[in-house]
Amino acid sequence: MNAIILTAVFGVILMFIGVFAKSKTLPRWVAIGGLSLTLLTAVQEMVAGNSFFRFNHHEMLRFENFNLLFIVIALAVTLIFFLLSGSEIEKAGPHVGEYFALIFFVLCGVSLVATFNTLLMLFIGVEIMSIPLYILTGSDKRNLKSNEAALKYFLMGAFSTGIMLMGITFLYGGNSNASFFIDKINIGVGTMPVLMAFGVLFIMVSLSFKVSAAPFHFWTPDVYDGAPTVFTSFMSTVVKAAGFFAFIRLFEHSFGSVQDQWQRLVLFITIATLLVGNITAVFQQSVKRMLAYSSIAQAGFMMLAVFALNNKAKEGILLYAAAYSLATIGIFGVLTKMNDFTIDGFNGLARKQPLMAFCATVFLLSLTGVPLTAGFQSKFFMLMAAVENGHHIWLVIVAVLFAAVSAYYYFRVIQAMYFKAPHQEEETNELSSSFKLMLGIIAGLVILIGIYPELILGWLYH
Amino acid sequence: MDIKAYIILSMVLFTIGVVGVLVRRNAIIIFMCVELMLNAVNLLLVAFSKMHALEAAAQASPNLASDAQIFVFFIMVVAAAEVSVGLAIIVMMYRNVHTVDVNFLNRLKN
Repeated sequence: MNAIILTAVFGVILMFIGVFAKSKTLPRWVAIGGLSLTLLTAVQEMVAGNSFFRFNHHEMLRFENFNLLFIVIALAVTLIFFLLSGSEIEKAGPHVGEYFALIFFVLCGVSLVATFNTLLMLFIGVEIMSIPLYILTGSDKRNLKSNEAALKYFLMGAFSTGIMLMGITFLYGGNSNASFFIDKINIGVGTMPVLMAFGVLFIMVSLSFKVSAAPFHFWTPDVYDGAPTVFTSFMSTVVKAAGFFAFIRLFEHSFGSVQDQWQRLVLFITIATLLVGNITAVFQQSVKRMLAYSSIAQAGFMMLAVFALNNKAKEGILLYAAAYSLATIGIFGVLTKMNDFTIDGFNGLARKQPLMAFCATVFLLSLTGVPLTAGFQSKFFMLMAAVENGHHIWLVIVAVLFAAVSAYYYFRVIQAMYFKAPHQEEETNELSSSFKLMLGIIAGLVILIGIYPELILGWLYH
Repeated sequence: MDIKAYIILSMVLFTIGVVGVLVRRNAIIIFMCVELMLNAVNLLLVAFSKMHALEAAAQASPNLASDAQIFVFFIMVVAAAEVSVGLAIIVMMYRNVHTVDVNFLNRLKN
């Protein structure tokens, strides 16, 4: 509850600072301070179990360790994102305060999506999360690519919202309890009523849109490529993880009893996502576009949690959210400092910026899933969840094979950085020492979580 | 009236919306089709709400089943917020390219 209230409050404060304060750096420091405070209160709520704010929300929200831990992860990752890329957000355009305010509103939506207990809250959370993102995507107003990305994102987002609402309506119509509460959706055992089956199908399609799972992924590369790079790194991490969190919670609570009926559809979506993401990423020349496709590929791995839907999957999605977000924010942070987004632009980076190249290598290794990095642990949990689930074990083999494919395109960047000669004529951007420090800290965190995943998962059972 | 009639009417409206989004090329018309989808949902929610309320009354249960009607208000509010953002994006695009045709948007495909 703390996170929901405070993110909204700080969002409004930052909007006013954006209007009245003349200083260009003030919004960043208010945002960092506000987010630190929110994070502290969220941790306090998770540890002590009571919130500063007490409202009668009629059980429409649910605050358990699992939900609160996800909020803490989302807030912590965003704080790291502010510390690393705050100066890039300031360069994104003239309305600095508003960008930070919109990110806070997205976080409010993420907190709602993490704690929803009724379909109404799910809908509102998803919308609060998406609408500010449409604006952030189009924040580079003079750039046609940014315009195009914003329009595409908006139309696809609104379309998938319509589909989700139709799914919710069907679930309500077929539900003999006449309730939107996710635990009271009477889906039946054995065969589903027709209305329910359509409801599950529609919601599955719309959530696949939101998390960019194939075959509903086609908007992703264009939007991620067109949006300003700082905002791409935010929306491909925290927001996507929140989408998966909602996916898993809804399917566990509402549709868990008829898992064998929809599991084959999820199986199809998982394999299609892994296939499309990995194979298309191989052919990309631009690193930014390659990362967009790789985020589809990573979504395929996260779909394994929806497929398995057991305790390991729930632990795994938390770990995956942290590991994937840290590594992606790190590599996008590196990308914002490059003049040239093609793979050739990374040539010889190790000689010019040894620390940055090393950190980028750690992030890429983590995204590949090499042992000793957080990416390995999270992929391991996902595969383990799929094995424990017991159905369609061959899916594990398919996923591992695609992880091997992903090594090809991630390692191409590493190879360019270390084994190719730099272009002499280009001058690299000067890096501030705080940026280097943050990169080092993120790389350290990635390795630390890779060795001690209990650092995160321990909080689930404290 | 039979609930089936409402389901069929809403599905027809919804399908018109979906087909419009997929077929039409004008951003404003695509947008109107999305609104049509949302209104189909609104209609069906109210119909289902009434259906559940009648069922509850037949069993003499105190459940008013008014949740769905409240839900409709939320959909209207969110749709309004979405319209304000969406139209702003369309206006921004129109200022740059002087058209609202989505076929014009192919700069990202390379």
